[in-house]
Amino acid sequence: MATKNTRASARMMMAPAVIMLFIWMIVPLAMTLYFSFLRYNLLNPAVTDWAGSFNYTFFLTDPAFNAALINTLLLVGGVLAVTVIGGTLLALLMDQPFWGRGIVRLLVISPFFVMPTVSALVWKNMLMHPVYGLFTWIAHVFGLEGIDWLSDIPLTSITLIVSWQWLPFATLIFLTALQSLDREQMEAAEMDGAGPVSRFIYIVLPHLARAITVVILIETIFLLSVFAEILVTTNGGPGTESTNITYLIYSQALLLFDVGGASAGGIIAVILANIVAVFLIRLIGKNLEA
Amino acid sequence: MANTKHQGKTLAVTVLAWLVALLIFFPILWTIITSFKTEGEAIASTPSFLFFDWTLENYAEVQSRSDYFSHVMNSVVISFGSTFLGLLIAVPAAWSMAFAPSKHTKNILMWMLSTKMLPPVGVLVPIYLYFRDWNLLDTQIGLVLVLTMVNLPIIVWMLYTYFKEIPGDILEAARMDGASLAKEILYVLTPMAVPGIASTLLLNIILAWNEAFWTLNLTAAKAAPLTAFIASYSSPEGLFWAKLSAASTLAIAPILIIGWFSQKQLVRGLTFGAVK
Repeated sequence: MATKNTRASARMMMAPAVIMLFIWMIVPLAMTLYFSFLRYNLLNPAVTDWAGSFNYTFFLTDPAFNAALINTLLLVGGVLAVTVIGGTLLALLMDQPFWGRGIVRLLVISPFFVMPTVSALVWKNMLMHPVYGLFTWIAHVFGLEGIDWLSDIPLTSITLIVSWQWLPFATLIFLTALQSLDREQMEAAEMDGAGPVSRFIYIVLPHLARAITVVILIETIFLLSVFAEILVTTNGGPGTESTNITYLIYSQALLLFDVGGASAGGIIAVILANIVAVFLIRLIGKNLEA
Repeated sequence: MANTKHQGKTLAVTVLAWLVALLIFFPILWTIITSFKTEGEAIASTPSFLFFDWTLENYAEVQSRSDYFSHVMNSVVISFGSTFLGLLIAVPAAWSMAFAPSKHTKNILMWMLSTKMLPPVGVLVPIYLYFRDWNLLDTQIGLVLVLTMVNLPIIVWMLYTYFKEIPGDILEAARMDGASLAKEILYVLTPMAVPGIASTLLLNIILAWNEAFWTLNLTAAKAAPLTAFIASYSSPEGLFWAKLSAASTLAIAPILIIGWFSQKQLVRGLTFGAVK
């Protein structure tokens, strides 16, 4: 009897969270789907004809879409590569005994807490500025010509900025995982004559597998939606060189007020994210079971 | 002999680690240093690193702009408000999932996580239009509601993993002693759950403080928190680096300090306890 009671009250306690989240998700998503089939521009809101698949074909055949899709993949892939590899190396370094380890760790994880708009502005103005930026000054010190980072290599520059923000996260997760590594096993392997490289490949890397999965999952969720860094630094330009899917839809919606087109883009973004998600959820679901 | 070699290695690692750490921290350090320069010095062709006349005038100026404080307040209200509201909804939910799981609990948790996979831009248009129609654009309450929903799945997951670790034996013992469900929750469970709730609170304040997509798109001047306010410095005309640095330092300092203290919780929270 008590359990029946408990179960009933458990449902009551869960209801608000489940219902609110369901509404938050399903209502706007349904609206987006509906809008995506309308010819609907906020500059001319009286016209809301049925457009059929027009918005989709328009969005998908727009050359900007291809560019944005490739940029999105390059940005996510680039940042993942930098943070997973860099984070592993950094975590291995931080795991060694050395003086001032506590302070060093605080310094290394700090960028994670800097708000994206601040980090984008700091990098854009004070480091990557073509005339007054510190990178240009360093180039001059070595007798080189400085480059205009955000105009010449915008996507690489943004990848660099976003990587700087996410490297601490990967490092911290990997470091935590490393600390639970069995020291005796490492020592035994060393005794048996295993070099640092084979110890890394056969013991450390398998031990880090779960941490790497988690980092890829969390970072992908956030990296697919990188927005502030692009808005503040390049506005997606020059042209569409640094436009990702999120920024493309944003500009369609809030700069061109094309509700129909932006909604079609939104649905496409949701479908693309779901393809990634199905794969990732399986991975983490399996890892969380154990 | 072996000892000297050992020390030599430690010294080398120390130097390398400090160099790497300072390199990574440099943009933040540079922002802090620049905030104490005059505008002229901030864009000097040969940057002065530490040897310049330190000044507090940028801070005074940022402070004197009356609107700066209102943006700080927006950040505080939005991040604390959404965190508290989120906890209010999530604590009972996570509680029942951890202590009275049904066969659907796992699926519900996975579904909640999957809502995080929904790209925010996919629902931007309707939310924007609803907000416009309901006069919620550029209001604190609007952003509190949005950020509550955005972070709710993470809050539920974090609390769930914390609650899961409270041993069931203690609950049974209390039940044997004749404690009612209400007493059990109030006197046995709650004290054990406080650390987990506190960690969740800290982490969500950090996430909400730094959230940029919704704050940039749903606020203008009135309700803009620091993330959105700072972005207004991005206009190309005029290089106000010293003032930008002062404002940035003020915007990130509190959250940086909270972050330093909660690094352990960050790992647990954002990995749902999957990495120990």
